[in-house]
Amino acid sequence: MAFFGLLKKKSDRQPEIMSSKTDRGILVFENTTEVIQAETILKREGFEYKVMGPPPEIQRGCDLVIEFPLIEELNILRTLENERLSPLETVPVTNPLLKPVDLFHTKDFGRYLMVRAANMKLTMDKDTGRIVNVSGGGCPDVPYLAYELVGHTLNEAPNPREIGHTLCGYALYLAYEEVKRQCLV
Amino acid sequence: MLGIVGTVPWENFPLSTGDISLKDDHLMIGGSTVPVNRGTPALMAAAWMTADVIGTSAPFGYLAGDIGRGKGSRSLYNYLAEQLPKSHFQTLTFHYLQPIIHWHERLQAILMQLQNRPFLIADAGYMYVAKMSGKASLYDLFTPDVGELAFLADEKAPHPFYTRGFILHDENKVPDLISRAYRYGNAARHLIVKGRQDYFADKAGILATVDSPVEEALEAMGGTGDTLTGIVSALIDSGIDVRRAAVIAMKANRLAGRYAQPTPATQVMEVIRHIPNALREVIGTTDDAVFHP
Repeated sequence: MAFFGLLKKKSDRQPEIMSSKTDRGILVFENTTEVIQAETILKREGFEYKVMGPPPEIQRGCDLVIEFPLIEELNILRTLENERLSPLETVPVTNPLLKPVDLFHTKDFGRYLMVRAANMKLTMDKDTGRIVNVSGGGCPDVPYLAYELVGHTLNEAPNPREIGHTLCGYALYLAYEEVKRQCLV
Repeated sequence: MLGIVGTVPWENFPLSTGDISLKDDHLMIGGSTVPVNRGTPALMAAAWMTADVIGTSAPFGYLAGDIGRGKGSRSLYNYLAEQLPKSHFQTLTFHYLQPIIHWHERLQAILMQLQNRPFLIADAGYMYVAKMSGKASLYDLFTPDVGELAFLADEKAPHPFYTRGFILHDENKVPDLISRAYRYGNAARHLIVKGRQDYFADKAGILATVDSPVEEALEAMGGTGDTLTGIVSALIDSGIDVRRAAVIAMKANRLAGRYAQPTPATQVMEVIRHIPNALREVIGTTDDAVFHP
């Protein structure tokens, strides 16, 4: 099984420098059965991943975690959730105690409402309910998400969580949910 | 010559390279045509218009299709690894690319070996990966907005999504964020920070600010940072001193925004159309010698 092969391969490798790990994240699961299930899914879907021991900061879960390209967090979580598998935690390798942004900045332009989450901003027309602009962000799914969302109402527009792939897409999803919370109550 | 590297949001868009031109709100590159809305096409369109105004050659573009899966970015990284050793760019601007550290390090190694290293500008995903790699100081210019500046200032954040709250809270203290970004080695040699007030800075501190005209609606509009990066890239490539180029670009971008009479629903092409007039006005009041007809 690939799972054991990877463990062996890891033990043969030299420790990597910190900077080479900065773009990596860790999926923490309840038990090793879930780790094996997740590995099977990620392998089948062609994701880059590695099974390894957890860093000391991780206090939850079993004694194996899955390392993955952090930027693809949204895509990987969605893939696992589609198979009814959710990790306990998803954290950056180099700083496992970091949490996703949970601050929202709202700006009311009168007819328009803009919400920012991290680096992503979503603006909607309060009169028509349409998304009129998406700005910020730097990952390649941002122009794609803007293309898919702008011009649609909040109810018609695809959820960024369903079609985004990266952490920028994830941040836009948070902004989208906050706009919905503020406008559709 | 100016080279611009980025992606467009169509997964099957072929890897396209060549001199850029602009016609009827569409960008033409290597036989492909791309509508200009936001992202790298907006940057390229702004750079092309700037080069046209100041009389320099059209930028050379590298574009791949990528919707966030990284496939197009990887093909572009691979292509650049083959082509950059043979290139002769004076200025090279990297934009929307999937942040992948090992590819970034490979390209950096190639660029460092060039006999004449280009002036290196990074924005969007490529700025993220430059910071993630701990190699920000190898760049000559980053062009973050204030939220991205907070990410650069947070020495622990691997992506803006993980910027710590106490740093995001400090967005009104841009000078402090700039000095923090330099303190931890996470800024390029120069920074242009886009916001309510635009800043040009280096490790010594703020060198210039531009705060007018103010159009509140521009904050909501996707692509206005891309246009600023495009304008300043073309100006720097023309040989203008980076500080003067930054000030002209900050002023012209804001003025083009004013001319567009924007609402938060305005799309960035409306701003791009006004770049030539805005540039002529700003350059006319700043320094006629900028033109190279």
